[in-house]
Amino acid sequence: MKPAPFRYVAARSLDEALALKAEHGDEARFLAGGQSLIPAMNFRLAQPAMLIDINPLKELDYIRRAGNVLRIGALARYRALQRDAAVARHQPLLAETLPHVAHPQIRNRGTLAGNMAHADPASELPAVVLALGGRMHARSGRGERWIDARDFFKGALTTALKSDEMLTEIELPDLPAKSGAAFLEVSRRRGDYAMMGVAAVVTLGADGACIGARLAYCNAGEKQMLAGKAAQALVGRRGADKYISDAAALAESEIDPQGNVHASKKFQRHLAGVLTRRALQTALARAGAA
Amino acid sequence: MSEELHQVAVQVNGKHCERRVESRLLLSDFLRHDLGLTGTHVGCEHGVCGACTVLMDGLPVRSCLMLAAQTNGHAIETVESLTNDRDKLHPLQQAFHEAHGLQCGFCTPGILMTMMAFLKETASPSEAEIREALSGNLCRCTGYQKIVEAVTLAARRIGQAGAR
Amino acid sequence: MTAEPRYLGARVTRNEDARLLTGRALFVDDVNPPHLLHAAFLRSPHAHARIKRIDTGAALKRDGVAAVYTAADLGSYWKPGPLLVPPPPIKGIAFNLRAQVPLAKDKVRHVGEPVALVIARSRYIAEDAAADIAVDYETLPAVVDMERGAAGGPVVHDDLGSNIASRVRQTKGDYAAAARNAHAVIRRRLVYDRGASVSMETRGVVAEWDAKADKLTVWDTTQGPVFIRGGLAAMLGLSERQVRVVAPFIGGGFGPKMMMFYPEEVVIPWVAIRLGRPVKWIEDRLEHFFATTQERGQIHDAEIALDKNGKILGVKDEFLYDTGAYNPYGLTLPINSQCTLLGGYVVPSYDSSFTGVFTNKPIVTPYRGAGRQHGVFVMERLLDIAARELEIDRAEIRRRNFIPSGAFPYNNEIIFQDFAPLEYDSGNYAPVLNKTLKMIGYDRFLADEQPKLRALGKHVGIGVVFYIEGTGIGPYEGARVQVQASGKVSVATGVGTQGQGHFTSFAQIVADQVGVDVRDVDVVTGDTDQFYWGAGTFASRGAVVAGNAVNEAGKAVRKKILRAAAEHFECAEQDIVVAGGQASIAGVPGKTIKLGELALRANPMRGAVKPGTEPGLEATSYFGPPSGATACGAHAMIVEVDPETMTIAIKKYVVVHDCGTVINPLILEGQIQGGVAQGIGNAFYEQLHFDDQGQLLNASLADYLVPTALDVPRMELGHECTPSPLNPLGIKGAGEAGAIPVGALFAQALEDALDLPRRGVEILEIPLSPNRLWELAGALFKQRGTS
Repeated sequence: MKPAPFRYVAARSLDEALALKAEHGDEARFLAGGQSLIPAMNFRLAQPAMLIDINPLKELDYIRRAGNVLRIGALARYRALQRDAAVARHQPLLAETLPHVAHPQIRNRGTLAGNMAHADPASELPAVVLALGGRMHARSGRGERWIDARDFFKGALTTALKSDEMLTEIELPDLPAKSGAAFLEVSRRRGDYAMMGVAAVVTLGADGACIGARLAYCNAGEKQMLAGKAAQALVGRRGADKYISDAAALAESEIDPQGNVHASKKFQRHLAGVLTRRALQTALARAGAA
Repeated sequence: MSEELHQVAVQVNGKHCERRVESRLLLSDFLRHDLGLTGTHVGCEHGVCGACTVLMDGLPVRSCLMLAAQTNGHAIETVESLTNDRDKLHPLQQAFHEAHGLQCGFCTPGILMTMMAFLKETASPSEAEIREALSGNLCRCTGYQKIVEAVTLAARRIGQAGAR
Repeated sequence: MTAEPRYLGARVTRNEDARLLTGRALFVDDVNPPHLLHAAFLRSPHAHARIKRIDTGAALKRDGVAAVYTAADLGSYWKPGPLLVPPPPIKGIAFNLRAQVPLAKDKVRHVGEPVALVIARSRYIAEDAAADIAVDYETLPAVVDMERGAAGGPVVHDDLGSNIASRVRQTKGDYAAAARNAHAVIRRRLVYDRGASVSMETRGVVAEWDAKADKLTVWDTTQGPVFIRGGLAAMLGLSERQVRVVAPFIGGGFGPKMMMFYPEEVVIPWVAIRLGRPVKWIEDRLEHFFATTQERGQIHDAEIALDKNGKILGVKDEFLYDTGAYNPYGLTLPINSQCTLLGGYVVPSYDSSFTGVFTNKPIVTPYRGAGRQHGVFVMERLLDIAARELEIDRAEIRRRNFIPSGAFPYNNEIIFQDFAPLEYDSGNYAPVLNKTLKMIGYDRFLADEQPKLRALGKHVGIGVVFYIEGTGIGPYEGARVQVQASGKVSVATGVGTQGQGHFTSFAQIVADQVGVDVRDVDVVTGDTDQFYWGAGTFASRGAVVAGNAVNEAGKAVRKKILRAAAEHFECAEQDIVVAGGQASIAGVPGKTIKLGELALRANPMRGAVKPGTEPGLEATSYFGPPSGATACGAHAMIVEVDPETMTIAIKKYVVVHDCGTVINPLILEGQIQGGVAQGIGNAFYEQLHFDDQGQLLNASLADYLVPTALDVPRMELGHECTPSPLNPLGIKGAGEAGAIPVGALFAQALEDALDLPRRGVEILEIPLSPNRLWELAGALFKQRGTS
């Protein structure tokens, strides 16, 4: 279990990193936390010809508030996010989810941006960023652009990033007033990828009726998954149990779980229903629903 | 292909160290083979078992998921840093000895390094906190109970020493 | 004067800890002789295929590669491995040995079987070159399911014509008559699936040929170095004196590291001699899932006949046993299942037969419990069902059937794995069960707590199971005890050690006999140059057999000390006191001599000694018990289940255990707690999932779920002590006890938590998982809005 040969370059500047990536394209991979990439390389499932290590680029290591958004740089590690007061205050859904991601040693290295760019549909964090309506900042030698999280994930280990682009920042907007969110998952052991997980966000209007909802799932399909119909079923409703159950039932059929050695497709759907119901109950309560 | 070498200057257990390493050399192999620090053990090479845990700049990391080349300019601590004297164990090691917190001892160095950082951050941990902190280190021999007892004992002693 | 045991039975912390805690203990992967080369194996990607052609050309050309070998290159060294344990003398037995080969020649029979070997400057390059080797395979349909494999279809070993590896039937009494006269006969199919041992240290071999000394040294992660030494010498055409096998610190064994003569163990020393350079192979974790033996696939069709009071009249069991692709370990494992099934109960008639089936899966050999789990699972499940059907309390039906304490030694009339009749040496079962019930609060839970919790909508259940364990089998172990001139005492024995604390428990035994501080006893295990004879550490036998050998040698040295001291002081031996590292005349101040000084005097450099004098204060003794010692225990647990997600929370776990005399309670507790953790893994987390092509679907620690500190609960332990009459120390083994009954316990407690039997659902299989529980019982707990 030793990696195949590759070239390693410790980037000295963002421009250098981007130029190397432009030159080597898909043959090169950026190395941030490496907590998914290096195991894949040790199994020789991934054999990039070049690793461009962005860890020296300290300018990418930040978590900062800007107006009503939280900006998370490409090198912000889970550990920092877990301990950041702004994350805890403004993005409690992210804070609630992080302890479910692997173990302390992994969280000391792993980065949110690396997780997004790796785009494993089983991972918790794409679901969270989708549920929060985040967007991704991509840079290349050609310029920069924003990609909405909904358009970012293209499938298992596939994103909208072009071969010369780096995901440099994730922007999470504050949730509107009277919003509530919850993350729940069922995994075999703590820290494992979930058999099923859901990130739920709801926003209530002045009259207490739901005016917006997002339900995002992990391990629920070949790609990262928002359940639009299930969320829509809540809009305009007051948080009565009946509507929650309707949404849960819709979510079960809307997702497209693949099944694995730990959970059959049927069990995954069942868990999605259970977790949707429970997460919505919590999220609505947190939003201040009566 | 012939492999390109990288100059690495790294502080290991307080000593400055310079070596030329191949791109793909894992930190775990660098410590064990190039530096002869065989106290760091390799259990899975995919970041699950925790046996290879070392401290990088004071924080526990899986040395099997890092490249030696990445440690340039950083500080690494391994189990060998805890004491130089077999007859004078570090309080954490002493607690593992007294509470029988190890059997085959293969996972132990990784657990000690994880707990070193944990106890620095958590003065008087509860059993639940200790178990959570241990959850990234697999042990196949002990069933964890005596490890938890050892860490509890060490936390108390280290806390008392700090209070004096 | 006899020695007052000061250390035996005391919570002595371990002598070996300091080396392990400081990272200075030598494991096989820490052996790095100069000019070391590294090995990587190319392994079959197919479960069943013919090898048409192997092209090693590209691999040989790669920079840094020293050699590449296939089966053809091994010449006459290529031979199937030895039969490790011959089948016991049971009438009518059928056994077809097909042992593993060093490198696959014409055919591969499981995924991961070694096909070629690369030797290179580094493991990295060896792996690069292994990927360069082109193998042309003709794939064959794989035998995966043992029932279908037994019935016909593709054949794992062509020359055998079928997949039947063995058939054994053992009977006692007249089961048919018992069934005819029974008040109730309960019949069930019970299934136990595969798991892996996953020692934290994988396997490894380092071999070095010293041409000048004409000597081979092999560092090997083996539990049986003496066997490996003898076997390698024979295979390589060397004298046993030319081969030294060292099992240094081993990072967990659990059975699969026994003297297996694994392909890597056999080939690496050959390569080291051939190349004249030391060679290292360290199994990586991926290889471990294919190259190290596994356990547990069995299907039992069992029935129990009872009278109306729940007394067992007889048991009938027919089972299939998955041996994997090869069966070098004989019949130890299914015979353990067959024998352990009888448990601590009076079973007047028994008709048990099994069929071993070859499959295209990794080899099956003993892993902690070694078939005992299956027997306990079958019997305990049958008793649970019987209790329900006859409306008898679960604990009570066990109590009614216990072998009475006055009935020992108790002969079960069938043959055990050690070739001896299955006779329990001693036991007193009811107090063990009663203490367990008391500690878990059985009566209170059922009468009071459970109804209250159920009224609150909680699903909490209790389980209690009982088991016996045949331990401490022969044939023998030996030990040499020597007082050194420094006053320190050295002990050498042939067993290997993998964390069981032998450096301490053996030191305790000797320290008591020789009257020294336990810290002054230095134990050497697992080095064939230090001790020549022995079998190994397995079957919960290390402490029993080697421990008693150590005790005998200690006694002999004590006698020598007494004689030497008596001569020195010119007094009677009975006046000598040996304690505190010195010998003294009782009650005479100033008349003392240090043991080191006596040792020096016992090895004179000049002058004459009396004819027949043996030098030194040293003795070597051997111990072989007439048969195994039978330990017993009970486990109980209270568990809560979330019926919507089928996730579990263990609220309380109790173990009460009787393994006779306890050498060191601290070490014993650790053994039990670790065993329970493996049992919990086996019961609810760990399962090897093979597809119908024989591909393993979860070959990583991310998907093969070894329990973490969050999954294993705190355990409360209780002890009873019924010494074994078969050895002077009265010890019974303890190594496997924790792991054995956990599957049966989980099935019972989870059934109870979900109140399944009342709803017509039974749990008849292990391992379980949330997914499996939901398949079995999810429909009973539907809520609106969820499936």
